[in-house]
Amino acid sequence: MIHTENLTKRFKDILAVDGLSLDVAEGEVFGFLGPNGAGKTTTVRMLACLIGPTGGAATVNGFVVGKQDTDIRRNVGVLTETPGMYDNLSAEYNLRIFAELYEVKDVTGQVEKYLKMLGLWERRFDTAGTFSKGMKQKLAIARALLHEPRILFLDEPTAGLDPEAARLVRDFIAELKKEGRTIFLCTHNLDEADRLCDRIGVFKTHMLVVDTPANLRRTMFGRKVVFHLREAGEGSAGVLRTMPFVREVKVVENKLLVTVDDPETHNPEIIRALVNSGAEVQFVGELRHSLEDVYLQLVKNV
Amino acid sequence: MNKIKTIIRKEWAEVFKNRMVIFTVAFLPLLLTALPLGIIFATRDASSRTGEALDSQLPSEMTQSMCPEGVNSAECFQIFMVSQFMMMFMIVPVAIPVTIAAYSIVGEKTTRSLEPLLATPITTIELLVGKCLAAVIPAVLATYAAFGLFALGSWLLVANKMLLSALLDARWLIAIFIVGPLLALMSVAFALMVSSRVSDPRVAEQVSMVIIVPVLVGLFGQMAGLFVLNKQVISSVAVVMLALDALLVYLATRVFQRESILTRWK
Ligand SMILES: Nc1ncnc2c1ncn2[C@@H]1O[C@H](COP(=O)(O)OP(=O)(O)OP(=O)(O)O)[C@@H](O)[C@H]1O
Ligand SMILES: [Mg+2]
Repeated sequence: MIHTENLTKRFKDILAVDGLSLDVAEGEVFGFLGPNGAGKTTTVRMLACLIGPTGGAATVNGFVVGKQDTDIRRNVGVLTETPGMYDNLSAEYNLRIFAELYEVKDVTGQVEKYLKMLGLWERRFDTAGTFSKGMKQKLAIARALLHEPRILFLDEPTAGLDPEAARLVRDFIAELKKEGRTIFLCTHNLDEADRLCDRIGVFKTHMLVVDTPANLRRTMFGRKVVFHLREAGEGSAGVLRTMPFVREVKVVENKLLVTVDDPETHNPEIIRALVNSGAEVQFVGELRHSLEDVYLQLVKNV
Repeated sequence: MNKIKTIIRKEWAEVFKNRMVIFTVAFLPLLLTALPLGIIFATRDASSRTGEALDSQLPSEMTQSMCPEGVNSAECFQIFMVSQFMMMFMIVPVAIPVTIAAYSIVGEKTTRSLEPLLATPITTIELLVGKCLAAVIPAVLATYAAFGLFALGSWLLVANKMLLSALLDARWLIAIFIVGPLLALMSVAFALMVSSRVSDPRVAEQVSMVIIVPVLVGLFGQMAGLFVLNKQVISSVAVVMLALDALLVYLATRVFQRESILTRWK
């Protein structure tokens, strides 16, 4: 659905996006992560045909960026980073304008559908300027969906929302995902990316890594298993170190932190070895790295 | 076509909530109508006594080119005075669009609604035409309304049929119905151009106001007696305006590029 090759954007003396090559499949939720100023918004703007690339090429839904911009605009929905409303017009009229501009057939029906879906129906005649930040954000999401785009660009949809509103928006994105829409999600919320995204790209001017959240954790840190023993010491650690599939063993208090590639297959063997060596195993658990650890590790190294 | 209509309706819904805009659109034409009517009223029963005195004061070429045969000098003075206001009438189609156009684009930027708007499949031309018409239509209507009031007022105040037809002659019709809309278009094209080039929206509005200067220069030039607005002059002005408009509209479409207005305005 989205394909880029060496996509590049240079503002006078700033290289904002440097040779991005990426493929996002139909129905995929792609998380686009990166520190402030990484070039995420710039990338979205290029893909939504708001600004032109200075190098490389991209297609969105089969249409070529820079050549078939109107077709692309017709087929994608964009939630911009700072989505402004016409503040002295009503919420409903705000949406009507955009429904008309997006050539929606049933303007009234679509406007009603999304106002209701996002819980703004009761307030539809209030001017957008009187809305809270969260309500404005919901209105902006509604605005991006009126024409039922199959591809959605969401630039930090939950930024600045309270936990409840953020949750609502997140659940809503999950709904959209179920409907099979392709979603390109820029976010700083790693937990959100972890939960919603099929794949994640960590980006800082160029792409650092692209993978599923689970793979990212695994490749960055391996998988760690914690064995709680009644008494842990170098003795039991030594036993495990002789095993070929054990990558690393650390002793912390009464715990052994063991790095293995495939805990499902190897844990039983490890437990057997520990028991045979006389250790008393109290608990076994997986030590999960948060995506945050992965992210910070990646971004630090640039 | 429909998108242009959407833009126009949206602009009006927004812009006419602004007091400053209402003031310019409503008050300016009323003021500029009241003034010439006041003059006609004040000089309505000028007798031949004052007429003779005035005769010597008015440049003869002026009276010749302006006043038809058989109009006495007092009436000719009325015609002359009222003609002086023609240039002032021309402020209406220039000033109104500047206020609307500058506000309509500036507002778009300050509320950060421009980016979502540009993300829709509207073409640049549709957007430009929509914004343009949203400013030109009220300006032209206000000019027509002002002229209508002026015509009605003179008809009520002046009994002399010949004088009336001299007051509301071809010059006025050309000025109001041809030069007026052309001036409005010039003003809008200029405001659009400035707003898409300048980085600060407030500066954009102020710079756009510069377009009134040529009209004011014309006004003072005429008052100082540097030229007489006869039919030939007005017609040439119309032709020049037409060329100027074509140029300005062309330039505006060149300058108004999505990317530059999006990335320049911070
Ligand atoms: N209009 C512009 N003119 C000049 N430089 C720009 C412009 N827009 C963005 N940049 C630069 O491009 C780089 C990338 O900016 P961008 O907004 O894409 O980052 P981002 O990843 O979205 O950051 P954030 O997480 O803060 O939203 C920055 O260095 C920024 O200064
Ligand atoms: Mg950004």
